[in-house]
Amino acid sequence: MALLEIENLTVQFETASGWFKAVDGVSLSVNEREVLAIVGESGSGKSVSMLAVMGLLPWTAKITADKMLFQGRDIRNLPDGERRKLIGKDMAMIFQEPIASLNPCFTVGFQIEEVLRIHMGMGKKERRARAIELFTLVGLPDPAERLNHFPHQMSGGQCQRVMIAMAIACNPKLLIADEPTTALDVTIQKQILDLLMKLQAEHGMGLIMITHDMGVVAETADRVIVQYKGRKMEEADVLSLFEAPKNPYTRALLSALPENATGKRLSTVSDFMASGEFAGESR
Amino acid sequence: MTANLSNATPMLEIRNIKRDYHVPGGFMKKEKIVHAVKGVSFKLDAGKTLAIVGESGCGKSTLARILTFIDPPTSGELLIDGKTVDTRPGHLTAEMRRKVQIVFQNPYGSLNPRQKIGDVLGEPLAINTDMSAAERRERATDMLVKVGLTADHYNRYPHMFSGGQRQRIAIARALMLNPKLLVLDEPVSALDLSVQAQVLNLLADLQEEFGLTYVFISHDLSVVKYIADEVMVMYYGEAVEYGTREQVFSAPSHDYTKTLFAATPRADVESIRARLAKRAG
Amino acid sequence: MAGTSTTAQPTSSAAMRRQMLKEFWFYFSENRGAVIGLFVFLILVVIAVLAPIIAPHSPFEQYREAVLKPPIWAQGGTATFLLGTDPVGRDILSRLIYGAQYSLFIGVFVTTLSLVGGILVGLIAGYYRGWVDTVIMRLMDIILAFPSLLLALVLVAILGPSLTNGMIAIALVLQPHFVRLTRAAVMAEKSKDYVTASRLAGAGPLRLMFRTILPNCTAPLIVQATLSFSNAILDAAALGFLGMGAQPPAPEWGTMLSESREFILQAWWVVTFPGLAILITVLAINLMGDGLRDALDPKMKRS
Repeated sequence: MALLEIENLTVQFETASGWFKAVDGVSLSVNEREVLAIVGESGSGKSVSMLAVMGLLPWTAKITADKMLFQGRDIRNLPDGERRKLIGKDMAMIFQEPIASLNPCFTVGFQIEEVLRIHMGMGKKERRARAIELFTLVGLPDPAERLNHFPHQMSGGQCQRVMIAMAIACNPKLLIADEPTTALDVTIQKQILDLLMKLQAEHGMGLIMITHDMGVVAETADRVIVQYKGRKMEEADVLSLFEAPKNPYTRALLSALPENATGKRLSTVSDFMASGEFAGESR
Repeated sequence: MTANLSNATPMLEIRNIKRDYHVPGGFMKKEKIVHAVKGVSFKLDAGKTLAIVGESGCGKSTLARILTFIDPPTSGELLIDGKTVDTRPGHLTAEMRRKVQIVFQNPYGSLNPRQKIGDVLGEPLAINTDMSAAERRERATDMLVKVGLTADHYNRYPHMFSGGQRQRIAIARALMLNPKLLVLDEPVSALDLSVQAQVLNLLADLQEEFGLTYVFISHDLSVVKYIADEVMVMYYGEAVEYGTREQVFSAPSHDYTKTLFAATPRADVESIRARLAKRAG
Repeated sequence: MAGTSTTAQPTSSAAMRRQMLKEFWFYFSENRGAVIGLFVFLILVVIAVLAPIIAPHSPFEQYREAVLKPPIWAQGGTATFLLGTDPVGRDILSRLIYGAQYSLFIGVFVTTLSLVGGILVGLIAGYYRGWVDTVIMRLMDIILAFPSLLLALVLVAILGPSLTNGMIAIALVLQPHFVRLTRAAVMAEKSKDYVTASRLAGAGPLRLMFRTILPNCTAPLIVQATLSFSNAILDAAALGFLGMGAQPPAPEWGTMLSESREFILQAWWVVTFPGLAILITVLAINLMGDGLRDALDPKMKRS
């Protein structure tokens, strides 16, 4: 049984110029112990579909799906209380801006202990011990000391480690990482990706990696979904996607990578997509 | 650490440029001095591209602001076409200022949201030349076409364009005064992959057409490898590696450069195979 | 992000303006209170403009035979004086209608004065920073430290009680809000890349301040201007009530309240209607200001 199964998910927003489909009929599934990468450029709806699953979209969004199962349980019309129990416990998410994702008014120790108190109902001593254990696990130096720090006293990479510690605090079955390394430097990105992969393997989590970076996909994914303008273009396992991409958009993306340049010019997506609906630049 | 062996006068030369920032200490605290750039030197020939690589806080953006005379250096010399530039505020001549222009990283912040594209492009001409409005319009329209947009875009506002189109407009604006040197401060890092390729191609075309010299600031090694003739790696305000692209990429000398290369994700099939094999075993 | 750009793009600048207006109305009309406020305000403008035509009587004519007549629906009311008459026999409805002219004039005059002054001073403070900024902002802090009505009263006492002096005093009291807002907006905009780009193109300080930066600071200023508009009306009415603003027999709402103070107990209508007029006007403008904030503040936009 798949951990998360979504069929025909559509998310719409009302704008001044009518309804806008951010996600258009996307189906996907993730198994336990699997890393699924959703790759796409901005406006491809890659983050929106996961936010819809988490129930984190504003009320103005119109979400429809034929099927949305988490561990076999329908999560489409879950009451708020039930959903809160699920999110942060069995299903956790980390975001692009690690520093902005933490509350600047409280110490990181308080914030991680809050998660443990709400979802695990742990006592005071137990929480502190578990927080230290988690900080050690994500490789933060001086974990006991670190608990008393405020987010602004730490670097972006360290904040992302704290976010990861909070996300895995309740041993989630599924971790959704939304561009977890985009705001970080290359050397820090490497460390964070290694950490995520290590934790994923050790805990046997399902991991959904949302990214725009083909390099990150290549370094992490088992299976890949390519999205473009809210629609799924291609789904394949990572090796066959890079070896023999089937969809013209995927081929275009891969050949636009500077390291794949042949000669002095890069091929652009529009070279491939001269026809019909794919013409023109996307944001 | 010498990459430039030709005898011609370099387009741009900087000698031992330093920049310190004073961080005010506030009440009862001592003022701190941060050395953002600690003595950087290089020479760059006309028509070439120098890429400056480094991670956040390495001083590469500070250096960009010095090269474009936005901020003066604390000490050091800056020569353009063999002539020393007086970078003190108020001493810079309009002629020197026109020779160097910049393209910023964020195409959403670098265009005035209340200015039509035509005015964005016409402004440098209106300030620096006594061209008539009709002439300015013609020049701006020509430039729009050169960067791959059309004449109808003249009357539109920036919010009607995508990120890639905005970056084209920013490039067009930088070229309006026929500069010799273009400082590109992460010009493609805010863009999507497919758009990035288009803008990089455009930059290559323009360099050929106008004989431009580029200082290309980036954190993305794959882009640098594609576009640069010479590469300088910066780390905590110092240039730890400087040489031709081939030298730097084939035989990096400094440990930091090696770390940087090792950390860059690889998107080739062999690396994926190796990773999957390791994961299975 | 992609919402507005994916739709067909208009080509002519007139069509573009229409599209922007349409977008503005979309966000503005989501706030029902704001739309109601806007309509009330428009009705008020129409009343003020057409006062000589729609007012049934002259606002100054004293009908000595009909002193303190109650409104039409109360016992003893007549159809001649729909809302009754005041202690000297003037028609209250007509005076309220003419009073709308005063209120709107006060609002426009005070807002314009404080807006222009505030923008100039705020631009200078925000652009130059340093000691200029310190001096200006401390001065504004001092003005803000006084209760605004008290300061206005002191100023009027020095300048002499009249509507013009009252308006100048109120403008001075409201100005620091504009200064602070402009300064904050200028400081935020000044560090943006497009300003640097303009500077690199050779633009001087005046051009940077007025052509490049100022047009991008307008949204919060428009919102503050609407709120000042209602504040000005309220403060002018208060000054009028205290006898320091418009002088009798001007049909200014606050002055009307003050004139009939002693009759509150025997004739409720002489104070109720001017009071209601002030309340409704201020409420309508404040509601409108809320809607403008929703429509103009990009942080509140969702797209």
